[in-house]
Amino acid sequence: MQSALTQRLRIPNFYWLAAIGAIISAAGTLAAFYMEHHGHQVTGMNNQVFWGLPHVFAIFLIVGASGVLNVASIGTVFGKKVYKPRGPLSGLLAITMLAAGLFVIMLDLGRADRLIVAMTHVNWTSVFGWNMVLYPVFFGLVGLYVWLLLDRKMYAYSKAAGTAAFIWRLVMTTGTGSIFGFVVARQAYNSAIIAPMFIIMSFAWGLAMFLIFQAAMYKWEGSQLDEEIRQRLNKLLGTFVAAVAYFVVVYHLTNLYYAKQTAFETFILVSGGIYPQLFWGGFVVVGTILPLLFVFVPALRSMASSSVLASIFTILGGLAFLYVFIIGGQAYPLEMFPGMEVKSSFFDGVVDPYVPSLPEFLLSIGGFGLFFLLSLIVVQILPFMPQDDMAQLRASGALQD
Amino acid sequence: MSEPQDRIENKSRRSFVGAAAVAGASAGVAALAPGLKLIEVAGAAPRAPGEPASSAVRWGMLIDTTKCASGCDACVKACATENGINETVKDPRQGSQWIRKIDLKDPKTGQEYSLPMLCQHCEHPPCVDVCPTGASMKRADGIVLVDRHICIGCRYCMMACPYKARSLVHMPLTEQNPLVPRGQGCVEACTFCVQRVDRGQQPACVEACPEKAMLFGNLNDPNSEIAQRVAKEKTTQVRADLKLNLGVRYQGI
Repeated sequence: MQSALTQRLRIPNFYWLAAIGAIISAAGTLAAFYMEHHGHQVTGMNNQVFWGLPHVFAIFLIVGASGVLNVASIGTVFGKKVYKPRGPLSGLLAITMLAAGLFVIMLDLGRADRLIVAMTHVNWTSVFGWNMVLYPVFFGLVGLYVWLLLDRKMYAYSKAAGTAAFIWRLVMTTGTGSIFGFVVARQAYNSAIIAPMFIIMSFAWGLAMFLIFQAAMYKWEGSQLDEEIRQRLNKLLGTFVAAVAYFVVVYHLTNLYYAKQTAFETFILVSGGIYPQLFWGGFVVVGTILPLLFVFVPALRSMASSSVLASIFTILGGLAFLYVFIIGGQAYPLEMFPGMEVKSSFFDGVVDPYVPSLPEFLLSIGGFGLFFLLSLIVVQILPFMPQDDMAQLRASGALQD
Repeated sequence: MSEPQDRIENKSRRSFVGAAAVAGASAGVAALAPGLKLIEVAGAAPRAPGEPASSAVRWGMLIDTTKCASGCDACVKACATENGINETVKDPRQGSQWIRKIDLKDPKTGQEYSLPMLCQHCEHPPCVDVCPTGASMKRADGIVLVDRHICIGCRYCMMACPYKARSLVHMPLTEQNPLVPRGQGCVEACTFCVQRVDRGQQPACVEACPEKAMLFGNLNDPNSEIAQRVAKEKTTQVRADLKLNLGVRYQGI
């Protein structure tokens, strides 16, 4: 039995690229030490907005980590041949994205030094507590899966591992969505739709990250991805982006119609300053309309850069969505006394003017730096470059499958 | 150095006084005269060191907002003094507030209210449910606390709390009260002055309220004043829709 078709890549300027990734990661790490030494007073966070920019980036990477595995799952679990040579890369990026996301979220803890406490004291009623199982098992399963895909002798077992990893990542992202979905206290959250919405977002954000990294690898190799395959992956991205838009519409309708959170919805969609601006400009225009144009409008989709552009817009839209969802959801004051005008020394009834500080920004970007650095090193030393046997794919009709 | 030593000495003295009080209480609560008892400030005897909290007790607080004056913050100051919340904060949004005064106005009627807001010591606390390490915990007697030794500062409890009752310590701390450990990077909230309650005393805010608007006691003891008033008078739980069965009840709103 053959393994997934991949080969080793020789990256030109590898050391320069690695240095860039290392510098960005190091800046994030130093920022975290600075925050750890002085306390969170050096951030823009406070006792109303206590999950800030690092959470936006960390959750993007953690959710995307689950979704980037989609490419491997489509090949292994659903048997689509075009995706099979991309399975190992997809698994690798899932591992490096999750590691990067955890790097950011762990270093943003008030007591980052207590990681061992978090791993040895688990409260099973907590969704965060579940993560102590969800993340390590994900690393283990995907690592096993990638090995089985690459090892010719073990390839036969890759379907079982791929199916297990596929199921596990759905569970994991359900957990990430439930971090918010089970929060009864706040107008922005407490909705059963958040977990499935996060799953579909993971598909779009993960695929966007995959397409950008894959495009970089083809550039480093000096080769070109087959146009039919590129268009096929593009269409998949477009489908996911449209599905995300659908879920976001339903999420807001649920708040407006079922939960009657009209004051909150007015804030987040109309009157809340940066939040409606980021929602409409960032998520709707940049993160939804632009990728759809670059995927479905013939004149745009035929551009060689359309995949990368659509992916960049999808990622920017995802970050904009999370900023509105996580920070806007906290900035809006808790409604403890409905119908009453409220004021206090602790800023009850007041929208919080959160602005992220430089250390937060560096830590957040550090996550992307670490993802890039880890992925770059692994694809330089192990065979992760997808190899498409175009003649065989055409002959078998797999390109249309 | 001298201040902590003084405090340690005070602690020994308190232990002695507490032990004496327990001895009296275990003898059946020292009776000064028929019907007049020496210690029954809170509706339960002090706890001996090492004795576990009892689920027979449910500590609670009743706040009469009709007596609570807008602009009065005696309870807030007493809390800060008792619990050593004395750090200088550049941004007040980053400071810890275990108890705060909230002013309410009904825009339809113009009616105004003022009330202290603190941890509501829920029977079903969302902060305890979501805490990944179990640092957020509820004692058998209903007091919700944070174990500073295993809090990792993830702030998920702050996300889950419907009352904005929890604060993250945003800066290094000095000059702490040894009986009330606090720490940078950990989350904290009102403890009902557990260090006082365990000695048979009232929480500092209750003792300091000039209008006697705050009543503290054992909700499980049908003879306690708080239990009798909660049984007979109309009281409100904030966000009762969440069905958390709060330890803090309000009157007059």
